[in-house]
Amino acid sequence: MAALCVEELLARAEQPHRSVAVEKELELEFDLGNLLALDRNMPPSMPRAAGAQRESRLRSLARDNTQLLVAQLWGLPAGRAEGATGPLVAQLPEPSYRLPREKPLPRPRPPTRWEQFARLKGIRRRKRTSLVWDEAAKQWRRRWGYERAGGDPARDWLIEVPAGADPNEDQFAKRLREKREKVARNEFNRLRNIARGALPGRGLHPTGQQSRAELGRATQVARVSTASLGRFQPRLPKEPPAPPPRGGRKRHFEPLLGDLAAERRRQLELLRGLGSKKPPLDLTRAVNKQLREEDAQAAAGKGRKRGQRGKRGRQRPGGGKGPAGGKGKKGGIRRRQQQQRPAGRKRS
Amino acid sequence: MRPLTQEETRALFEKLAKYIGENIQLLVDRPDGSYCFRLHKDRVYYVSERILKVATSIPGDKLVALGTCFGKFTKTGKFRLHVTALDYLAPYAKYKVWVKPGAEQSFLYGNHVLKSGLGRITENTAQYQGVVVYSMADVPLGFGVAAKSTQDCRKVDPMAIVVFHQADVGEYVRHEDTLT
Repeated sequence: MAALCVEELLARAEQPHRSVAVEKELELEFDLGNLLALDRNMPPSMPRAAGAQRESRLRSLARDNTQLLVAQLWGLPAGRAEGATGPLVAQLPEPSYRLPREKPLPRPRPPTRWEQFARLKGIRRRKRTSLVWDEAAKQWRRRWGYERAGGDPARDWLIEVPAGADPNEDQFAKRLREKREKVARNEFNRLRNIARGALPGRGLHPTGQQSRAELGRATQVARVSTASLGRFQPRLPKEPPAPPPRGGRKRHFEPLLGDLAAERRRQLELLRGLGSKKPPLDLTRAVNKQLREEDAQAAAGKGRKRGQRGKRGRQRPGGGKGPAGGKGKKGGIRRRQQQQRPAGRKRS
Repeated sequence: MRPLTQEETRALFEKLAKYIGENIQLLVDRPDGSYCFRLHKDRVYYVSERILKVATSIPGDKLVALGTCFGKFTKTGKFRLHVTALDYLAPYAKYKVWVKPGAEQSFLYGNHVLKSGLGRITENTAQYQGVVVYSMADVPLGFGVAAKSTQDCRKVDPMAIVVFHQADVGEYVRHEDTLT
């Protein structure tokens, strides 16, 4: 058995490699930008009867054309991607063959009623200043809105009856009515524009004939149109539950009763890391040490007298209890520290 | 209930190190048992493994406390040490302050320690160092932060604050309902 396998291997090794040379009558046309090869040769004759042969002939045709295309690709200027050790990458030229559009061109939206009117009359948009000089208030006031220039017309306590009007007519009511009518007309025109598809909200307002997909899109837009961008919107009764957010990982904690020894080891590592950068206060300690030494020298030089005067001075604001309690404790501190000081100096 | 994350452990150890320095490893790695820190409702509990295993059988919302509460994490992620940690701080404290008998009462009511109430203080205490406060009979009363270094303590007048109060054993009575 083993001998047979070895013979097979040897036979295979002796065979020559498959040739990469391909013979064609007409040269192929290549568009390497699109990785496209156009073969204008006559296709091999394939009589209907031969079923298996068709497959093999088609396969060899595809293989030959692919071989020619790949040979062309090897002729392109190449470089290495991602630095010197990255894969070898060929730089493709610009595609020359124009591929057709996947989707149709978008329709231009119809103009709104105002746009139509403005085009008709030749009205063009003027840039207006946001602030207007109010002569009465001697201030720059905004053009409309809160504290507008010229005063709020709705708050007038006096309206003059115009020349040709009926004196018994209520001017205030008339003003209010006209404002309401203006608002209603504006709203009506806005909705009409939307119905004609002139505004960006087309497809989102309910018409009678909307497909399921359009309704779904409108629902999604409505959900996201809140101040929190839809994060806290409850789902509708029959809406399917929200798909889980992909990519963002929830917080991950260690198991409660996991490997306690490993946890201890990690904590000790952390402690070692914390402890290693220990000396940040060196300057302060050095200063304190210096002060201590100076104090010791001063106390030793001037003797006990200076120390006692200092003690009495401190006790006076403390009250009568000072001498009794202070001498013991504070003298104790002084004495102890004076004893300790020489040892400290030796150590340093 | 869950173990602490790396950041939380770091915050806890940094706080403890202010009082006990490198002795934290004696808390982490104990010869007499396996103890660990667990977080339950923002509070850090130091609990033995045996108790922890038993506590896992209690539902989380019904569990009040387990082991010893060391302190809690505030909403902004800072760690605040409670007086219930005193039993573990006192034996390992690096910097100690002894308070006179007259000033004990004042400290136990939550006031700071004045120079007039200061009995002894460890040598080499830096300013703003964490200190454990003892009575003259070496009974731990609480802990705080040194307002003045040992050096400055000697020079300052008797009404100056030398130790800022942070926790005292009187809180067991005063803050009975918030300590766990």
